[in-house]
Amino acid sequence: MSSNPVSLPSHPPLLSRTGWAAFLVALIVVCAVAPVLNLLVPSESIFHLSDYGVGLVGRIMCYTICALAMDLIWGFTGILSLGHGLFFALGGYAMGMYLMRQIGTDGNYKSELPDFMVFLDWKELPWHWTFSDSFIATLFLIIAVPGLVAFVFGYFAFRSRIKGVYFSIITQAMTFAAMLLFFRNETGFGGNNGFTDFKRILDIPIATPEMRMTLFVLTGVTLLGFFLMARWLINSKFGRVLQAVRDAETRVMFSGYNPLGYKLTIWTISAMMCGVAGALYVPQVGIINPGEMSPANSIEIAIWAAVGGRATLIGPILGAFIVSGAKSWLTVAYPEFWLYFLGALFIGVTLFLPDGVVGLVKRLAKTASAKSGDKA
Amino acid sequence: MTPELMEQNARHLDAYRAAHPAKTGNTESGGRSAAFSRLAVPGEVDITHGRILYLEDVSVSFDGFKAINQLSLDIAPGELRCIIGPNGAGKTTMMDIITGKTRPDAGRVFFGSTIDLLRYKEAEIAQMGIGRKFQKPTVFEQLTVFENLELALKTNKAVTQSMLFKLDSVQSDRLAEVLHTIHLADSVSRQAGFLSHGQKQWLEIGMLLMQDPKLLLLDEPVAGMTDEETERTAELFLSLKGKHSLMVVEHDMSFINTISDIVTVLCDGSVLAQGTLAQVQADERVIEVYLGR
Repeated sequence: MSSNPVSLPSHPPLLSRTGWAAFLVALIVVCAVAPVLNLLVPSESIFHLSDYGVGLVGRIMCYTICALAMDLIWGFTGILSLGHGLFFALGGYAMGMYLMRQIGTDGNYKSELPDFMVFLDWKELPWHWTFSDSFIATLFLIIAVPGLVAFVFGYFAFRSRIKGVYFSIITQAMTFAAMLLFFRNETGFGGNNGFTDFKRILDIPIATPEMRMTLFVLTGVTLLGFFLMARWLINSKFGRVLQAVRDAETRVMFSGYNPLGYKLTIWTISAMMCGVAGALYVPQVGIINPGEMSPANSIEIAIWAAVGGRATLIGPILGAFIVSGAKSWLTVAYPEFWLYFLGALFIGVTLFLPDGVVGLVKRLAKTASAKSGDKA
Repeated sequence: MTPELMEQNARHLDAYRAAHPAKTGNTESGGRSAAFSRLAVPGEVDITHGRILYLEDVSVSFDGFKAINQLSLDIAPGELRCIIGPNGAGKTTMMDIITGKTRPDAGRVFFGSTIDLLRYKEAEIAQMGIGRKFQKPTVFEQLTVFENLELALKTNKAVTQSMLFKLDSVQSDRLAEVLHTIHLADSVSRQAGFLSHGQKQWLEIGMLLMQDPKLLLLDEPVAGMTDEETERTAELFLSLKGKHSLMVVEHDMSFINTISDIVTVLCDGSVLAQGTLAQVQADERVIEVYLGR
């Protein structure tokens, strides 16, 4: 064709220059500033970072990974999962089993077996605890178990073209059913008490400031790594197909893409991310029980993503920090009002901030620049 | 066998044929001459019989309502076929069947002589070379014009390939060419949701072109377009004719007049009449059910 050439736009880079700078700052804060402020600065100094603060932020960073995972499946692909708490808990349980075995004979009953098994009068480890002694196998299970559950569930759901609110309800039912299963003592996961009283991880005592800091840094680095991975996925053509599935799935099919593979891939990745978050969470809080699978927890993950702003990667990170921060303050100050606040927040965001906090900031920046433009 | 008996049998046969008109012969086959010593290549459309699409005795009903009723239709390679008919005649349902969205209760649908379309899913049919434009323009509203076209591009559409996909120079040229063809070169970075209705129609047609399909099914492609846009669309379709086969469903008679050779009139799920526009417009039955007085 002899017509004048068109300059085709190029796709955005993985991160812009300022994006990389911010990323680097975050990395330094997590890996250097926080450990120094917590471990080296004396506790009388105003610059000291308290153990409580480290624990809180460490926990919230685990939530943030879940929010990021939720954003990939809900914000970008348009599939609302109300069962992500299950994948979080499965990763947590895989880690919990390893930590239970690390207790060794230091439990109340001084037995080789975990205390709850002695209590139930079990004589040997059930088959599904086979790999719980190996840390390497545990690392594998943390990813593989949530991934496999998500893959099998997702394959049948997506193949049957279950969509929208039906899918959400089924995921909710799935996590509820799993919770009931884990509540039973016979399942072999400690029943309603779950796992607790952890002593060591990799034979190193778990309840020391150094270990707390190590887990904090590990969680922060994992979060940043997942952020980069999510960014790469979303910036690739794969990510654009996901958004296309969200906006017009039939057009995607008639363009020659089979949406099943795309949905299943991002769904499984999302579940694995939650599994990793759960595994990092359990040693930090020192307990895992079936309560983590309660439907309310899964809904909370969706709220983090919605409050921060769906379909932006930075949004869910902010959302998880804002909502969880508010939660940790409100549940202490006004414990009876927390659930009302959460409900009101969800309704308020849905009605007034459809694009979440990030959308609000963008809107304010726009009006501000428009105003300054008027003055000039 | 006596001559009397033979004659009697012949009379029986004639009577039987009169009572049961042959089902075959509703569609053209293009003859048998090419059938010898030809290898069937899987996935390749075999048009040696002179037909790219056959529908034979296709029926489908929804809750007892016969949307398509023993429909037989065929299209030659490079042909531009217009389909008209009143609302509810089954035009969109027919496209649904061809593209794998709806399964017929009975009948056969072939792409070329060898590919049985009823065995494949939507995405596979699209990959084989049947592109479809919907009645309501359907584009990816949150993505830019450029990204819309890039997604439609004919390439390996598996998950891992998409993760690692990079537009090469041949593909870029193709994309630029299509951008010119659909007159959206100035809007290349605009979000598709902000385009006008007519521009969305164009973008969707452009996405079809990126797929490089052998057969294009276009459901009301000029609905909501200005006169000028309609004229350009007609030019575009005429330029595609010959290289691609097109099936166009439209209500705009002047548009059909510009582009058509053969017009098929659908009514109540089957073919009512077929011929040039002048022929079908003169047909009493067509006037009664569709054109009106």
